[in-house]
Amino acid sequence: MLLSLFLTFFKIGLFSFGGGYAMLALIQSEVVTKHKWLSIGEFTDIIAISQVTPGPISINAATYIGWKTTNSWIGSALATFGVALPSFIVIVLMFLFLAKYNNSNFVKNTFKALRPTAAGLVFSAALLLMTKENFIDAWSIALFLGSFILLQKKWAGAITLIFVSGLIGILLYGP
Amino acid sequence: MKLFFEMFYAFFKIGTITIGSGFAMLPIIQHEVVDKKKWFSESEYMDILSVALSCPGPNIINLNVYLGLKKLGFWGFFAGALGTILPSFILILIIAIGFQNIQNNPYVIAAFKGIKPASVALISVPAISMAKNAKVLNKFIFIPLIIAALIVYMNVSPILFIACAIAFGNLIFKKK
Repeated sequence: MLLSLFLTFFKIGLFSFGGGYAMLALIQSEVVTKHKWLSIGEFTDIIAISQVTPGPISINAATYIGWKTTNSWIGSALATFGVALPSFIVIVLMFLFLAKYNNSNFVKNTFKALRPTAAGLVFSAALLLMTKENFIDAWSIALFLGSFILLQKKWAGAITLIFVSGLIGILLYGP
Repeated sequence: MKLFFEMFYAFFKIGTITIGSGFAMLPIIQHEVVDKKKWFSESEYMDILSVALSCPGPNIINLNVYLGLKKLGFWGFFAGALGTILPSFILILIIAIGFQNIQNNPYVIAAFKGIKPASVALISVPAISMAKNAKVLNKFIFIPLIIAALIVYMNVSPILFIACAIAFGNLIFKKK
């Protein structure tokens, strides 16, 4: 079980590109559909928890699913290590490669094309969250625009914005 | 060794306070390592970010591990890896053991109705500064936007764009 948990999350880490939300589909197909470690209801709960907890969603989900399936922190640690290990390997290799070939024309030209592509990937993460579930009324649009302007003009920091918008959320929608 | 702890603490702190999405961490990481600590220039940071996003795996892990490696080598790797993973790991274990219903708490639900739209802004702003840094805003502002729209609305895999960038980048820019 522990080995299979580790290998599954290693695979998830290795084959996911483009951010946490893209990973969730892969995690679901492995953990719910293939291995049947969790029901779809349990999976949805775990995703909800991962989203309200600080940190990258994939790490959160791996830690939680590791706990849920084995009831021990060792399961959590293995799933988390599994999902991060491909990153470690690939990034070390990339680092060594780029340290050696940083000034080659091949690398320079590739970067020219990679920069706008990477900007596109980040835009896609923002676009993915522009849904009716996240923008429920005029207040949410105001919160988005307000945060956008404050951050873009560097009038407020990101951490301040998270806390203030959470507080506004409680005032507007709280019990 | 002092730099190791400084770096570990910086990533740990960011991991503990950033909620909404991993990408919402981007403006905070940039502020910390570029503006505040001055470990990297802005264009250096942007290039590392491009690499991190083009590699498989959790992007924030990729980014922080690369930043750590570049600044501090072997120990920087651990500062980036542990600093990013430990806050999530510890918090999730606490929740899994004791607070399994946190997502149903009415205050948490209400707070997140406020945080979600703000976190979209936290992701949009670094996307714009990345597009500016790629110098595509003047002539080709639409390229990142088209890529984003194709990924989200047409379900095109991001890998395809990364592969194209690597394959065609050299063909397109070779002359210069």
